[in-house]
Amino acid sequence: MSQEQIDRAIAKDYAAGFTTDIESDTLTPGLTEDTIRFISAKKKEPEWLLEWRLTAFRFWREMSGPDWAHVNYPEVDFQSISYYSQPKSMEDRPKSLDEVDPELLATYEKLGIPLHEQEALAGVAVDVVFDSVSVATTFREKLAEAGVLFCSISEAVQHYPDLVQKYLGSVVPRKDNFYAALNSAVFSDGSFVYIPKGVRCPMELSTYFRINEANTGQFERTLIVADEGSHVSYLEGCTAPMRDENQLHAAVVELVALDDAEIKYSTVQNWYPGDAEGKGGIYNFVTKRGLAHKNAKISWTQVETGSAVTWKYPSCILRGDNSVGEFYSVALTNNLQQADTGTKMIHLGSNTRSTIISKGISAGQSSNAYRGLVRVGPAAKGARNYTQCDSLLIGDKCAAHTFPYIESKNPTGVVEHEATTSKVSDDQLYLCQQRGLDPEKAVSMIVNGFCKEVFKELPMEFAVEAGKLLEVSLEGSVG
Amino acid sequence: MLSIKDLHAEVEGKNILNGLNLEIRAGEVHAIMGPNGSGKSTLGHVLSGRPGYEITQGSVEFLSKDLLTLDTEERAHLGLFLAFQYPVEIPGVSNMEFLKASVDAVRESQGAATYDTVSFMRRAREACAAVDLDQAFLKRGVNEGFSGGEKKRNEIMQMMLLEPRLCILDETDSGLDIDALRVVASGVNGMRSEPRSFLLVTHYQRLLDYIEPDFVHVLADGRIIKSGEKSLALELEEKGYSWLDESEVA
Ligand SMILES: Nc1ncnc2c1ncn2[C@@H]1O[C@H](COP(=O)(O)OP(=O)(O)O)[C@@H](O)[C@H]1O
Ligand SMILES: [Mg+2]
Repeated sequence: MSQEQIDRAIAKDYAAGFTTDIESDTLTPGLTEDTIRFISAKKKEPEWLLEWRLTAFRFWREMSGPDWAHVNYPEVDFQSISYYSQPKSMEDRPKSLDEVDPELLATYEKLGIPLHEQEALAGVAVDVVFDSVSVATTFREKLAEAGVLFCSISEAVQHYPDLVQKYLGSVVPRKDNFYAALNSAVFSDGSFVYIPKGVRCPMELSTYFRINEANTGQFERTLIVADEGSHVSYLEGCTAPMRDENQLHAAVVELVALDDAEIKYSTVQNWYPGDAEGKGGIYNFVTKRGLAHKNAKISWTQVETGSAVTWKYPSCILRGDNSVGEFYSVALTNNLQQADTGTKMIHLGSNTRSTIISKGISAGQSSNAYRGLVRVGPAAKGARNYTQCDSLLIGDKCAAHTFPYIESKNPTGVVEHEATTSKVSDDQLYLCQQRGLDPEKAVSMIVNGFCKEVFKELPMEFAVEAGKLLEVSLEGSVG
Repeated sequence: MLSIKDLHAEVEGKNILNGLNLEIRAGEVHAIMGPNGSGKSTLGHVLSGRPGYEITQGSVEFLSKDLLTLDTEERAHLGLFLAFQYPVEIPGVSNMEFLKASVDAVRESQGAATYDTVSFMRRAREACAAVDLDQAFLKRGVNEGFSGGEKKRNEIMQMMLLEPRLCILDETDSGLDIDALRVVASGVNGMRSEPRSFLLVTHYQRLLDYIEPDFVHVLADGRIIKSGEKSLALELEEKGYSWLDESEVA
């Protein structure tokens, strides 16, 4: 027997041993092939998906973490993480809001989140089926009528395996980067959306579902496919602060917009940033990418206020002729938060167009970097990009950086880049205070004004929440 | 309503106000004139509570409160308004939004009911028309890309909506053409009333042709060296400030 065969035999035994243990709810920390077999078995996944995960795992083992981003954090020990856990049982959860961290409740209050949503967000064990669930059911029926498939990715693997197999990893290949490979190996759950040909999705997806989605785990995986001529607007996240025992979050989002389709993807990210000293915050390392076919359009809008460390570049591959990519972003960092975020616009088809509007706000001692790549391929005749990248500083201990990369391989392409850096000036604050506004209200108003171009891209109700969110996130940044 | 006694103030270690005394009663209009750099703007900022000024001596009482112990916004809540000599821009924050927030903040602090959006918008449109600005200015960013004259009209519009008790206008007339000057003056005149007082900082007698002051003061080297009635302004216009330097200041 060769060494390889021996290894495999041992692995098999071990795996078999595992299956007897499948009733257990959490996996002891550590990451090996067996971990992946366990996850896959737990989810009753087909063989091809197990193989897909295992291949990703092998890629991942050969790779190392990115070191080019403008962020600092201690090395992550991947063997100390538990890669599978069942949702908390009713007994383990808080019985009522009285048992929930008052600070968290105070923030919910400020954001104006209704009581029953607060309970859901805080993970309170509520037996009563609250309104939004029945609302959710109504909407599910409406979606089904339109032929829209919208479910968790685990369900999709069971019910629509062909679609999942066809598109999973088609935009973000497993080898793409260290965290994408890790996610592909161990992804927990996430959303799946399919919009059939020519269908305009009858509602914003996930507005009514976000509460139910609060516990998607640390390795979230989302796949959205818009078939030819279809249209969908998807909302991810919520403004309520999200706490999690898992420090590392590495999500992957893949968007496929077939010919003439349009996908609008909006995110509000508010993971726990850690305390004022930066302790306990979430590391958020996300790979988001969309592939646009002929005449298709993909639009990313994001409001990032949370996490201790953010590393995130929602991107568009404009493969089809005349396809359009957009990126509207507000990234706010306060205290000791660090963010390195931006986008990539890869122009492959002719007459492809992209727009990048990035607003970075730094307060406290935080560091906020914009990193953007615009690439115009040799065949991208007449491609156009416009980038506007504005930074706003609050106080004098924070930092803003801009790293634009432009690669043009077609002389007919036009790439424009504008960048500004400004400060919330003492004179602006003085004017506001003279008119009766307290300094915190003044700063949040000035910051909201700065972000206006991005907020107007958000769905209405989200925009209002996003404004409030900035206000809460900026607390303590003046004074 | 405003009583300034022996006020001394410095900026960055430099003495700017040197024993200033001024008494303003409800309903009065006072004009302050004086050479460049004499401390006129400083007086406005010290009263409104701009950070960076150190009061080294003296006292200021406003509506029976010790003004100097209050935060900038608390002074505004009490009804103190300063129309800036150089209004700053706040990009992206619409004038309407700013006005609403500001009027809400002041009214809330006074325990008055805030206006609902519709009636506030109506009031704002009226004020906008009163200072002869196009309604489009309500939607634009605060002072964003406004001309000098438009910024000054905008200040008057804010003053009208805030309905303050004491209005300090710092060279609101400077750089205005005659039409704009008339608009500003009629804005002020329309607001003149028993409980409300004005402190007009100006270089030019011509403003006082439109707004009749009850008193005129001359500020030099950080204190008031001469006070009189409206006729004093005419005299200054004719003779300049230097005759005062010689006759009254050692
Ligand atoms: N922030 C500051 N730092 C240093 N000097 C200042 C500052 N502000 C005003 N001054 C000085 O104080 C004096 C009075 O200024 P100001 O009150 O603006 O005069 P006016 O409005 O009468 O023309 C001037 O000499 C000016 O240079
Ligand atoms: Mg001045």
